[in-house]
Amino acid sequence: MPNAAPMLRLEGVAKSFGPVAALRSGTLVVRPGSIHALVGENGAGKSTLVKIVGGVHRRDAGVVELDGTPVDFGGPAEAKAAGVAVIHQEPASFPDLTVTENIYLGREPLRRFRRIDRRAMRDGARELFRSLGVDLDPDRPAEGLSIADQQIVEIAKAISLDARVLVMDEPTAALSAVEVRRLFTVARGLRDAGRAVVFISHRLDEVADLCDTVTVMRDGAHVSTDAVADVTPDELVRRMVGRDVAELYPKVPSTPGEVALRVEGLESTGTFHDVSFEVRAGEIVGLAGLVGAGRSEIARAVFGVDRYDAGRVVVGGRVLTPGDPAAAIAAGLALVPEDRRLQGLVVESSVARNVSSVALRRRRAVLLPGAEAELARDWAGRLAVKAGALDADATTMSGGNQQKVVLAKWLATHPKVLIVDEPTRGIDVGTKAEVHRLLSGLAAQGLAVLMISSELSEVLGMADRVLVVREGRIVAELDRAAATPEAVMRAATPGASAVAEGGAA
Amino acid sequence: MSLLRRREAGIALALLLVIGVTTVVQPGFLFSAGGWRDLLLTPAILVVLAVGQAVVVITRNVDLSVGSVLGLTAYLTGRLFIDAPDLPLVVVALAAVAAGTLLGLVNGAIVAFARVPALVITLGTLYVYRGVTLTWAGSDRIDAGDMPRAFLRLGTQQVLGVPVLTIVAAVVLAAVAHYLHTSRGGRQLYAIGSDPAAAALAGLPVRRRLLGAFALGGALAGLAGVMFAARYGTVSSGAGTGMELQVVGAVVVGGVAIFGGSGTVAGAALGAMLLLTINRALPVVGIPDFWQRAVVGALIIGAIALDRVLATRRSRRLAAARDADPPGGTTAVGPAAPGPDHDRTRTEEATA
Repeated sequence: MPNAAPMLRLEGVAKSFGPVAALRSGTLVVRPGSIHALVGENGAGKSTLVKIVGGVHRRDAGVVELDGTPVDFGGPAEAKAAGVAVIHQEPASFPDLTVTENIYLGREPLRRFRRIDRRAMRDGARELFRSLGVDLDPDRPAEGLSIADQQIVEIAKAISLDARVLVMDEPTAALSAVEVRRLFTVARGLRDAGRAVVFISHRLDEVADLCDTVTVMRDGAHVSTDAVADVTPDELVRRMVGRDVAELYPKVPSTPGEVALRVEGLESTGTFHDVSFEVRAGEIVGLAGLVGAGRSEIARAVFGVDRYDAGRVVVGGRVLTPGDPAAAIAAGLALVPEDRRLQGLVVESSVARNVSSVALRRRRAVLLPGAEAELARDWAGRLAVKAGALDADATTMSGGNQQKVVLAKWLATHPKVLIVDEPTRGIDVGTKAEVHRLLSGLAAQGLAVLMISSELSEVLGMADRVLVVREGRIVAELDRAAATPEAVMRAATPGASAVAEGGAA
Repeated sequence: MSLLRRREAGIALALLLVIGVTTVVQPGFLFSAGGWRDLLLTPAILVVLAVGQAVVVITRNVDLSVGSVLGLTAYLTGRLFIDAPDLPLVVVALAAVAAGTLLGLVNGAIVAFARVPALVITLGTLYVYRGVTLTWAGSDRIDAGDMPRAFLRLGTQQVLGVPVLTIVAAVVLAAVAHYLHTSRGGRQLYAIGSDPAAAALAGLPVRRRLLGAFALGGALAGLAGVMFAARYGTVSSGAGTGMELQVVGAVVVGGVAIFGGSGTVAGAALGAMLLLTINRALPVVGIPDFWQRAVVGALIIGAIALDRVLATRRSRRLAAARDADPPGGTTAVGPAAPGPDHDRTRTEEATA
């Protein structure tokens, strides 16, 4: 129904936070029975627009219409009641409650005397999952659900509310390929049922695969809306960044040198088994696999954050003490963790303090502000960190710049081996290329890089060699020529070679 | 759910064990009119307080002012009997409960609207409420002679062998347990404690529920104040001092997670009974004073350690279940039958 009347229409929507205009002129027209992609760099105003649609923020100006009726939501509850549901990237669920309770919270079916009708509730949940074509136990607690399953619970909740507009805010960022495929099947089902779906993603291949219409935003304003078939991904990227992206994966060829990191028979009961590999100086080794396959756990054990039961880690000829990150740092190992807000960055601290936190700790007992600033200026300059001032809090920066600060922090220790876990997760296209160029340049200078990434094209584009992890084991080692998307996916997906070929569903 | 039930069964078992062992040493602990009465009567006040505290703790908060609220309302009860001797008992009791509710609402309002951690707020009101009592009562004390006979009799009277105060505690427990389990509001209290930010995002009336939880906690502390006056017959300005720690201890021992979101009021009530019964049992079996306190402390630490172990084991089990049944095994993917490789991993994990 491409020509049906719009289900959701936003025009010229604006929102400012203090002096900062987060959204200048947001325009989005979504029709029923359509999956509409919303793309743009971080800071383009997508999230603000979504929050206005979802009732989290109130707009300053512009029109929002639902089914032709102007609306102005005072809160998330109002938006939900009107039939707009936002599925967040990492949904907020209640771990102590069951899946069923999570779906029906606040509007449980009631029996006499306003008592909750648990049986009706459970049957309802079961029916919802059946209609979505997914297999989830309605009685299990939400604790321990994968992010993908949490999103499914959110979608089930939205459908039980009879949401007509579902906004998925970067739902696939933390999902494995199989989970993405399941989500797409669910999204197509919603589309075929005549609902309107807004799909936000950084991954243009997903946009091409799933969506029928695509709206590009840049700098808080609408750029273009087209049928997906009418625009090429290159053209979309050009519109998003407003300039040509020279090359997304600027891999500099390099000649591997000495073995910088050797891992032998690393074993951690229940997490990973018999992990052995080498990374040479000047080499980028990609660690590919599904989310939850144990890649981050391996990295954390190698770095000494987590303990392991057997095996050893050798850096530059020295065997590292298990469970001692300080020894790892001293030996020349650096780890840029997956979640920079939680593990890599002291977001409330200044950029200077963040950059110098590891390097200076090793040398002096007392930190001199002058030394901090000097070190920070040096590295911020090299990495092109855009921060108003080095004494600004890291929390005020964009995700891309935060990532650069974390990188700077570790590079200031002059490591021999750099482990990066999801280095470009949640970073916009422009900054992504900068991070890639940086990693590639560092490898060319002789740094050994171990890169974990869930984005297949990133691994394939950047790595000299690819190690595939499946269920805690390294199941394949592919050199640059042999590492095709199909080969990696086939190795990474448990027990289903059919998935790699014909699983587009 | 079964885990939670097992937790309460565990406390009940421990309670029976304590009673059993002590009775073997000293048969009068259970098999005498006084022994039986004390067993049921002693914990009644703490049970009422623990039920109220559990509701607050489930929302990931804590109310440290309950001891002071108890003191203030107990004194109020006595004062009313002296100053307005014509008021019916029920009206006096309701007045004390209303006063407790009001004090709880003050706590709740500051927590819900000023967004200051409850630990700090209620630590403050602990002193403020106690200060009010001290100023009001001075060195004055209310004695049994100041209160009507009928009221004092409630403190010791029994119906069919069960003390009246125990019946009151049981009714309170049943009502609150029913509310938490079967009403929307009750489930929302768990949700709020489970993830406060998510609760706000989900559009739950977080502030109203927090106010309600603190008000209920205050009301039950007020009721406990009335029970205190009836049970002991004397109320000084220091009544209930330090009781908040006992209450929090009971709640924790009863398996209510201190970080909110899980636990039951039945567990908290059993925890209260266990703590007080142990307190009475240890001297009977001849354990010196120092060890009596150490045992209570060990019980609290042990309960928290047990919670951690159970939680870790549960999340590991859930994670293992996720590994064993990856989302690939759904209709979206089609013929994704687990291969031999996959099965092997599963058995390995089962044996590990």
